[in-house]
Amino acid sequence: MTIVNYDPRLVKTKNPYPKGPNDWKRFFSFNTDAKVIGIQYIVTALFFLLIGGLLGMLIRGELITPPSDLFDPTVYNGLYTMHGTIMLFLFLFPILSGLTNLLVPPMIGAPDMAFPKLNALAFWLVPVFSIILLLSFFVPGGPASSGWWSYPPISIQNPLGKVLNGEMLWIIAISLSGISSIIGAVNFVTTIIRMRAPGMGFFKMPIFIWTVLAAQLLQLLGLPALTGGAIMLFFDLTFGTSFFRVEGGGDPVLFQHFFWFYSHPAVYVMVLPVFGIFSELFPVYSRKPLFGYKFVAVASFGITILSLVVWVHHMFYTGTPMWMRNLFMFTTMLIAVPTGVKVFAWIATLWGGNIRLSTPMLFCLGGLFNFIFGGITGVMLATVPVDIHVGNTYFVVAHFHYIIFNTIAFGIFAAIYHWFPKFTGKMFYEGLGKVHFALTFIGATLNWLPLHWAGLLGMPRRVASYDPEFAIWNVLASVGAFILGVASIPFILNMVSSWVRGKPAPPNPWKAIGLEWLLPSPPPHENFEEDIPTVLNEPYCYGLNKPFVEDEQFYIEKSLIKH
Amino acid sequence: MNTKIRRLKKKNFSNTFIIIFAVVLNIVVSLLMGHWSYSWLPIQASEAAHYVDNLFAFETSIGTFIFLGCTGTMAWILVFNRAPKYDESNGEPLEGNLKLEIIWTIVPLILVLAISTYSTRVNYKLENLGSKIKYDFGAEVPFVEEKKVFDYGPIDVISRQWNWEFVYPNGIHSSELHLPINKRSNFRLITEDVIHSFYVPAFRLKQDIIPGSVITYSLTPTKEGVFRLRDAMFSGAYFSQNQTNVIVEPEDVFNKWIKETVKKEPQNGLNPAGRLYEKRLKNGNRGWATVKPAPDPKVNEVGSEARPHDS
Repeated sequence: MTIVNYDPRLVKTKNPYPKGPNDWKRFFSFNTDAKVIGIQYIVTALFFLLIGGLLGMLIRGELITPPSDLFDPTVYNGLYTMHGTIMLFLFLFPILSGLTNLLVPPMIGAPDMAFPKLNALAFWLVPVFSIILLLSFFVPGGPASSGWWSYPPISIQNPLGKVLNGEMLWIIAISLSGISSIIGAVNFVTTIIRMRAPGMGFFKMPIFIWTVLAAQLLQLLGLPALTGGAIMLFFDLTFGTSFFRVEGGGDPVLFQHFFWFYSHPAVYVMVLPVFGIFSELFPVYSRKPLFGYKFVAVASFGITILSLVVWVHHMFYTGTPMWMRNLFMFTTMLIAVPTGVKVFAWIATLWGGNIRLSTPMLFCLGGLFNFIFGGITGVMLATVPVDIHVGNTYFVVAHFHYIIFNTIAFGIFAAIYHWFPKFTGKMFYEGLGKVHFALTFIGATLNWLPLHWAGLLGMPRRVASYDPEFAIWNVLASVGAFILGVASIPFILNMVSSWVRGKPAPPNPWKAIGLEWLLPSPPPHENFEEDIPTVLNEPYCYGLNKPFVEDEQFYIEKSLIKH
Repeated sequence: MNTKIRRLKKKNFSNTFIIIFAVVLNIVVSLLMGHWSYSWLPIQASEAAHYVDNLFAFETSIGTFIFLGCTGTMAWILVFNRAPKYDESNGEPLEGNLKLEIIWTIVPLILVLAISTYSTRVNYKLENLGSKIKYDFGAEVPFVEEKKVFDYGPIDVISRQWNWEFVYPNGIHSSELHLPINKRSNFRLITEDVIHSFYVPAFRLKQDIIPGSVITYSLTPTKEGVFRLRDAMFSGAYFSQNQTNVIVEPEDVFNKWIKETVKKEPQNGLNPAGRLYEKRLKNGNRGWATVKPAPDPKVNEVGSEARPHDS
């Protein structure tokens, strides 16, 4: 199967930024180079990881003792709402968009994204809505404080009665974030479908590209529901309409449907690229082909399709009728099947390999370990009778942090380390990387493992104070959170000092197979320029003696030439 | 040649032995974990608790087996398949194994089918949730015909920002929920403002209370004691104060309580959020915006905030 749908005229476009590639100012401009945009996204997102993490530590500071003694409960509610919002919309989504921007064009042999200007627009919306969101700390009454779900009626109560309020700014920021993501999704999907190198049929694409395609299609299908819901909420809050306002005949449960129809798949939008990262890295660091490439590739779409029909599992106790609860329990559990296919394939990839425990591999292994755990508690939560007990307790908080931090953020760190030499042209310090991993793994485990028991015993989530019997689990969790705070120090140190004065990176430091590794480090502006390679096989043929591209030696030699 | 085959056979034999040993060990540990999981949960104080805990133990056992199976394999790989320093050679190039891939698609499918069938049965067995009927918010709560039989009720459960009030069929108002043991009690769940959730961990039951709807709900307490009722759906500033006690009593004690309480004059009931808000106003009303807490409910039985609870 050879699909040649790549248009060579694209490489003839002018360099959008005429100054040399080493000018730091390009990172602060409306640059249309996907590699610049990728780094813009990642650095912005990591800054917000620090802010979100700081808020997380404040939350854990309040919860280290049973009574509400550090903040007024209203302040606590605002802090945890902003923690969740910042982590999701200002850290996770942007950083994944950043990695996708960096990796998609080089991995498929394209010079840039399909719509470079839209791409820059999608990025520059991030600082705009971030500033709007952060400004909400300073409006009268404080920021939004109804949780990141923003369920009405609590979210439209507007105690001060002012038009300008934290909740309103929150809704505007979230809507802009949705628009930014939709623009990004159109771009990624088009690029992947239209701009692959000659010979790269769908079943020769790297798994990361498969998962990005699956995730971004989900964005396109799901986001309109959330953005629509957010606009209705805005109208209810600001203009007194009654989409969800009971006094006017509206129904608050309707919002929950709009919200979860997108926000459950949103988890898969975030986790799918991380599955892609695992699938890329395990073969490299165990020197083996990816086990069952086609199964792993197709499983991504199994997850995409199923994730669109599971949202009601967030509403098992809102008065949902029995038949609906049973149905959604079953669809939710079905997701374990394609996910299991991936997990087993990764373990089979490791089996009998030549394992190298470098920093990216450690983060992948840690992420997989945590994901197996989080997946199992996920199936427990899908079970209606168990969910009716542990739903909305700390068991859920612990479960989703196991997915969202202990899996997704671990995968993101793995990716940052793995591709750092490629896109900065510098090697990072392995020792600092390992310290970062050790502190992160210990901190994350201590933070979220004990909270499962707090939830099982009946500690509701989002409380500012709690009964003393939950204290022990909370003290452990708080200690873990502070260790996680410390873990950011070696990471920042490593990234900054390596970029400034690290050893120059060779084109392929990990001896990996993949189009991006046939490029110089860092890659030139238009990646392969005029010589787009013709792909012969999928990029996982370690030890199979199958050529990856036509005339591989030419590209290896070209990548070694200083440019 | 012959000795090599013999050695290979011997190696195969010892591998089979290790695998059987590991699987048996995993089964034993998983069963123990399932057994142990009962101790992670609160006291079993309702008819539902027993079913929920059994289901949870069942899932804990299966989960432990899968978790240890996967991570044990990973640990084995990390011990025995590490590349020596400077060894950059490739591992054994296995591309896949169709039989294995089909097995690990089918087995999880059967497992989730089994779990969801089991839980569906439990759902039909318990049937706590009655009907949900919409009404004009602010108007009188309509009477709801309950299809399933119950022994006592209906008790109106009124939730507010941030206090609970319980109204008994004979007109008693109470700040704590008294229930007769081993009787299926019926409730009408009502909220006067935002969404709340009726959650009693010892009962393993939770039901959201939706503004503009009245939801009927039934449950059977099976253990005497004092249990916490916690609002489990975030409801604003003093959400974590929105808790009270459920007191499960023998029928005669319960009947005596009803008889005595009806004679008591209504007075201000439990409202810890109200007290905290007064304190906040006294300290200069610092903090971020909040709606005012609902006034103290007027109740015949005030109850006690300091009452120690069993779970």
